[in-house]
Amino acid sequence: MTTKLKPVDVVTVGVGLTGTILAKELADSGLKVVGLERGGWRDTHPDFDMPHAHDELRYARRHELMQDLSRETLTFRNAIGDTALPMRQMGSFLPGEGVGGAAVHWNGVTWRFLPWDFETRSRTLARYGAGQLAEDCTSQDWGVTYDELEPHFDRFEYLYGICGKAGNLKGQIQPGGNPFEGPRSRDYPNPPMKTSHVSAIYGKAARELGYHPFPAPSANMTRPYTNPYGVTLGACVYCGYCERFGCEMGAKASPQTTVLPVLMKNPNYELRTLANVIKVNLDFDRKRATGVTYVDSRGREFEQPADLVLLTSYVFNNVRLMLLSGIGKPYDPAANTGVVGRNYAYQTNGNVTAFFEDKVFNQFMGAGALSMMIDDIDGDNFDHTGLGFIGGGWIGAASSGARPIDFHPVPSGTPRWGSEWKKAVSRYYNRAFGITTHGACQSYRGNCFDLDPTYRDAYGLPLLRMTFDFRQNEYRMSDYMTKKAAEIAKAAGASRMNVNPRTGKYSIVPYQSTHNTGGAVMGADPKTSAVNKYLQSWDVPNVFVIGASAFPQNGGYNPTGTVGALTFHALEAIKTRYLKQPGPLA
Amino acid sequence: MSNRRQFLKSAAALGAAIPAGAAAQTKSDHDKQHAHNMRQAAAAQPRPYMFLSQDEVAFLDAAVSHLIPKDELGPGAKEAGVTYFIDQQLFGGYGSMARKYTQGPWPEGTPQQGYQSPLTPAAVYRAGIRDTNAYCQKTYGKTFGALARAQQDEVLKGLDGGKIELEQVRSPFFFNMLLANTIEGFFADPVYGGNRDKAGWKLVGFPGVAAVYTSFIEKHNVPYKAQPVSIADITGRLAKVDEYGHPIHVMLDDDQAGA
Repeated sequence: MTTKLKPVDVVTVGVGLTGTILAKELADSGLKVVGLERGGWRDTHPDFDMPHAHDELRYARRHELMQDLSRETLTFRNAIGDTALPMRQMGSFLPGEGVGGAAVHWNGVTWRFLPWDFETRSRTLARYGAGQLAEDCTSQDWGVTYDELEPHFDRFEYLYGICGKAGNLKGQIQPGGNPFEGPRSRDYPNPPMKTSHVSAIYGKAARELGYHPFPAPSANMTRPYTNPYGVTLGACVYCGYCERFGCEMGAKASPQTTVLPVLMKNPNYELRTLANVIKVNLDFDRKRATGVTYVDSRGREFEQPADLVLLTSYVFNNVRLMLLSGIGKPYDPAANTGVVGRNYAYQTNGNVTAFFEDKVFNQFMGAGALSMMIDDIDGDNFDHTGLGFIGGGWIGAASSGARPIDFHPVPSGTPRWGSEWKKAVSRYYNRAFGITTHGACQSYRGNCFDLDPTYRDAYGLPLLRMTFDFRQNEYRMSDYMTKKAAEIAKAAGASRMNVNPRTGKYSIVPYQSTHNTGGAVMGADPKTSAVNKYLQSWDVPNVFVIGASAFPQNGGYNPTGTVGALTFHALEAIKTRYLKQPGPLA
Repeated sequence: MSNRRQFLKSAAALGAAIPAGAAAQTKSDHDKQHAHNMRQAAAAQPRPYMFLSQDEVAFLDAAVSHLIPKDELGPGAKEAGVTYFIDQQLFGGYGSMARKYTQGPWPEGTPQQGYQSPLTPAAVYRAGIRDTNAYCQKTYGKTFGALARAQQDEVLKGLDGGKIELEQVRSPFFFNMLLANTIEGFFADPVYGGNRDKAGWKLVGFPGVAAVYTSFIEKHNVPYKAQPVSIADITGRLAKVDEYGHPIHVMLDDDQAGA
């Protein structure tokens, strides 16, 4: 039996990075907003208190802050025609669960995508011609440009207190910043992070080779910072436990440290945790959402009517809820029709581990986004003529902590266990660091989501099915980037190195990146996009689908900065246009 | 219950009556002595295994001593309590696949699809150890734990590479789980029963629980040699902490430091 609740103006499905910002702004404007979160409440204190909050086994290995897969997971296969099987345990990526979502356990690297990224297809065709794109490549323009998003990047960076060095201020290139970035209207709100030994020697080597190194834009605070909502974040202490952990200092920007302290005080807002939304309800002609149905922790089913439904969950659940609810036409890769589930993309990461005999790095110190990077081999920042691929990514050396269960590098050729392994671990734990080649991933006709025909979640509903593999474009790009990284490692004085470009079939087993994108992509054409340039469903205009699910393909950057910008971009359209006259915005 | 509450109350009152400095001194000395006594007592008793049988303990003691051996660099996995760590993990949520997806059907799948066994990790160990012992019995006439070290090494390599076929679990699947758990047990906080005496952390020079490095991170190429601090050191007040609970490190002399 379903209990029908009192209608509200807005419901957000998911209370993470996007859901908290939208709720805060809309509740401020006088609307009644309900946030529904499948996980529980958690906050800096007491949940991330020392000493337990930085327990490597509990959080990095047993994934305490992440999604409970016993209730819901996804299934995976490399290609259409294969049988997808469930992801039974965490591996390649780590979706969050609970208030704050994955923005609790992230590292904090906060980029803006390049102007080029938003116009990938048209700019590639203009510069190189159609031959540069694979025949089955479905990468496309976003329907929004960098210039349109610039004010929203700015708002997000000031809200989250991003620490960095501008490389391009209103068209003027700034020394020490990223000269390839799009023009920004003002500098970052906080100065960049301190320079670790790894940052210093990587930066020096890269500069000697003619690259343009700069400190990564970071959401780990370099000083106490009070954001425009009046919330104060603490200063990072470089303890080396960001990714997969909460922060005891309140120094990593997250919903808990930037938005929730004010949002929770707003009488227009109500948070309901352990509330799992199973469906967006549509009216008879499927043109309007009437609200959502959710199940609480006592098994009670509720219908929450709402005028505006914001899907603010992670990529997977945004897409899955659309498919479960019948919002938009499901993508059919065989016929190449439909849009929901189309253009799933990922991140094409390679790496080089550099070993030294005469240096120590103390890599257990650091912060999630403490990193020196180059952006010379990203987007279309270099000439791709004759290279056989498009795109690229950042190449950087991080000091983001060196917890020993996961970090104990040994030179290739060392046995996997035994005395020789132990000697190598002991010798190189403090004498090695990794260089990441953080590559883009284009979208392809066969890489997509749909509903699995066999496996179900705890509520008996079909799991999301992921079909994905890398393509020639990505292998070539990763090979090219990783060779460049090896040259930098050599110039830095590495005695030995392990060079690992992305090769072989995509595997869901080893951790790679929680940068999953697409499935409900944005665009200017409803035939090839599920949402318009304001992230509004083409088919059900009172549903907005917010997040990296809107990326038509993935750039060579960590997605969070761009997710933040898209959130403010959608918010502005909702506030200034939609609420005045509900209906399609494009 | 009420006696205990009364005791706590009067203890609190007592604490309040003594000047803060003196209380800290007395309390700290008392705590140290108490903690020391408790550790002595704990060390003298064998740890109770919750999941593993005696045969399984013998198997794992032997196996983990090959994976991370005791040598001139220090204790190995066996000495660091990794068998006990694995026991505790298998008895708890990890062993029963808590928070993981366990619904069937369970076709074997491709390597890219990862863990598809219908067995929980606890059941994988049980089956893997029994099958390996059966193989050893058949091949050498003895169980794994009773073999000569060279033979044990041969068997582990056979499992690692998949040359030895086990009946109920794929041998590399079992071996990789054992290796991953051994490394976990060697480097995880000692609160889980492995990494005894912080042997794993000392091997690599890892200082343990998160600390404040704001003033050290820009000292380049200078080794940071601290006495490692564990969770229990902090909860048991054996380590000094700052206002947020970060340990204040005791630095080691060069000859005390490991790597």
